[in-house]
Amino acid sequence: MTSPQPRIGVLQFPGSNDDRDALWALSALDAEAILIWHTENELPDLDAVVLPGGFSYGDYLRCGAIARFSPAMAAVTEFAAEGGLVLGICNGFQILCEAGLLPGVLRRNESLSFVCRDVTLTVERTDTPFTNRCGEESQLSIPVKHGEGCWYADDDLYAKLEEQRQIVLRYAEPVNGSRNDVAGVINEQGNVFGLMPHPEHAVDPLLGSADGAFILSSLVESARERILASV
Amino acid sequence: MKATVVVRPKQGILDPQGQAVGSSLRQLGFSVEEARVGRVVDLDVEASDATEARAEVERMCEQLLANPLIESYEIELADGAG
Repeated sequence: MTSPQPRIGVLQFPGSNDDRDALWALSALDAEAILIWHTENELPDLDAVVLPGGFSYGDYLRCGAIARFSPAMAAVTEFAAEGGLVLGICNGFQILCEAGLLPGVLRRNESLSFVCRDVTLTVERTDTPFTNRCGEESQLSIPVKHGEGCWYADDDLYAKLEEQRQIVLRYAEPVNGSRNDVAGVINEQGNVFGLMPHPEHAVDPLLGSADGAFILSSLVESARERILASV
Repeated sequence: MKATVVVRPKQGILDPQGQAVGSSLRQLGFSVEEARVGRVVDLDVEASDATEARAEVERMCEQLLANPLIESYEIELADGAG
């Protein structure tokens, strides 16, 4: 039997600009990746959803605040509630936080400067569908490019997230003022994950690092395993 | 009915934008202890009275205009209603 190809939808908002990079990276990792316009009320049959980076709706009001009310996001919320795998990258992470699908909020970088460089990430958990291809206690080199990536949660929320092991990625050194250098968090159920760094920009070694493939192939392979398990 | 919403970074939340503004003001020679930067939203709301207008604007704040994790808000209604 040939291995099934997971179908992954990449949402496209007005102002998304990493949608095609995500599409390319997922295809390179043997997924069938398709674009989904933000006005769609229903999702097609999908094995996972990716919310790409960019500046949806011009980042008006707060990053992700407007996009969370788009018709496609209502469908994504339903998809997530049914256990579907959802990955948010950068602006996608901001949207998931604004939508309440992930804890915390992303604020203006402490330096007020846009940060655009490769960063080193420490993988805190390798037992999630988004990091299970990463080696134990591994470090990844993946680029960031954001002005509003300073993740914040108050003391009570942060303590709860630590206790429930919801912090999945940390910057090896301070990048944007994020609380405890948090770079990526997962929801309580373990099927929705968001991160500020851009794994889709680090899949081909020609671009300096292929470490992003550890994250994205975790998603693709987890989606594939789910298909096989349901057959 | 006209309404104005003032959204502020919550007390205790670091406001780097306010810090930058504060330090610029000090550089200009003003003696400023602290500056914090928020946002103002002016609205024209359809409502039959001030109570209804306030309730409507409050829902707007909760759902969209402010993020309760980091921001507080105040609502002012025009024409002295409140």
